[in-house]
Amino acid sequence: MSVSDGRTPGFLAHREGDSVAVAVVDLPAGPADGGYLHGSGSLKVELVEPVPLGHKFALRDIEAGADVVEYGARVAIATKGIRKGEHVHVHNVRSARWQHSIVS
Amino acid sequence: MAAQHRQLTGYRRPNGAVGIRNHVVVLPVDDLSNAVCEAVSKTIPGLLALPHHYGRLQFGEDLELTFRTLIGTGANPNVAAVVVVGIEPNWTARVVEGIAKTGKPVTGFSIEGNGDLHTHEKAARVLAQFMQDASEVQREPVEAGELMMSIKCGESDTTSGLGSCPTTSEVVDRWVAAGGTVLFGETTELTGGEHFIAERCVDDDVRKKFQTMFDNYLDLVERQGANLMGSQPTQGNIAGGLSTIEEKAMGNIAKTGTVPVVDALGPAEAPTRKGLNFMDTSSAAAECITLMAAAGAVIHLFPTGQGNIIGNPIEPVIKLTANPRTAVRMSEHMDLDVSTLLRRACTLDQAGDQLMEVVNRTVNGRLTCAESLGHREFVITKLYPSA
Repeated sequence: MSVSDGRTPGFLAHREGDSVAVAVVDLPAGPADGGYLHGSGSLKVELVEPVPLGHKFALRDIEAGADVVEYGARVAIATKGIRKGEHVHVHNVRSARWQHSIVS
Repeated sequence: MAAQHRQLTGYRRPNGAVGIRNHVVVLPVDDLSNAVCEAVSKTIPGLLALPHHYGRLQFGEDLELTFRTLIGTGANPNVAAVVVVGIEPNWTARVVEGIAKTGKPVTGFSIEGNGDLHTHEKAARVLAQFMQDASEVQREPVEAGELMMSIKCGESDTTSGLGSCPTTSEVVDRWVAAGGTVLFGETTELTGGEHFIAERCVDDDVRKKFQTMFDNYLDLVERQGANLMGSQPTQGNIAGGLSTIEEKAMGNIAKTGTVPVVDALGPAEAPTRKGLNFMDTSSAAAECITLMAAAGAVIHLFPTGQGNIIGNPIEPVIKLTANPRTAVRMSEHMDLDVSTLLRRACTLDQAGDQLMEVVNRTVNGRLTCAESLGHREFVITKLYPSA
């Protein structure tokens, strides 16, 4: 990661290839700009709903049952189809390790 | 990088181990002895009493772990001298003998047949002398490589994985490069990323030890018919945006540097190899840090997201957060705010420099937030019920 060109990112993804990124400020629905923690390059996403600070959203469409990738690793499985720009959390993903770890 | 060249000072103990604090401790062997230990600590100002809940009718590995924890706590180089108080003479003597191997001043008293008040007077007379003697122990120049560090995060959120844990990682790599020893643990919080740790083990023996410890811990959880739902991730983790144990594990692992894992230790087991050591521990902050301090760690780094407030009586705990809300709302608990990383207003290398500076000042005597607020969480890990 390098000190930016002066612009403050709205979100950060860990690595290139990750399917989710993390909001680093409270983001409203609509266009958002971000970058990578490890890696250069910038990202633009149209958020379909507000995403609070620290919460994740999809960088691309994720099919139901597909891996959710963060840190370059599988961190969850999608329990339903997730659209690019949609909030990603316990309502639409679950642990791949603890099969029933969906918080209701 | 100038921060790294600051002269460090510490207290060299008779066995050569180096501490950064100079506590005189009154250590109960069992719950019954807490009252007199706490009373003596009021009689002799500046004394540190370490009350806890156990030490009676324990057996087998659970008893051994309690002994290892009590002896290791007294033996920690942040401790100058110890008085041990127990209800019965045998177990009291065993803790005294264990601590005495370090060569530091240690004496024991048993309450049975004497009562609290006689014990109080006898302990107070010895402790007054220990306090005066400890006040003459001088700081001397020491090297980072002589200081054992431990790391554990808590109340994590996604900012931990993006900021406070990678910052800690920078310091772990620098500490190991300087010849130091670092402990990490939190066995269940590696779930989903344990293969990354296994890959970093230096050889097959260590890898097998690590994998066995990990598998046994998960078996223990599953034997309770549980899957840690509602517990891992915690409600605080979920509020902070963490969705699964794997995601939490990846953030956890992000604080362990890039160096190899040189050994896998049992709880409270003192490391014999320099470098990054895994220790099989609970992920509960007080239990984990108590075990690491009992293994000899003298300075702890604690990245947090939502704002854990943990401290330890003998091992200073440095807390850092990258969550800008936590940094403001819980500022009295945070030794370092690295939320600048989230705004990309600094690099990881620069954040590492900032944390090294806090570490160096803490080594040289500056109180951490947890020390200044009186956080002294001392919790013995219990493996199963007493007889």
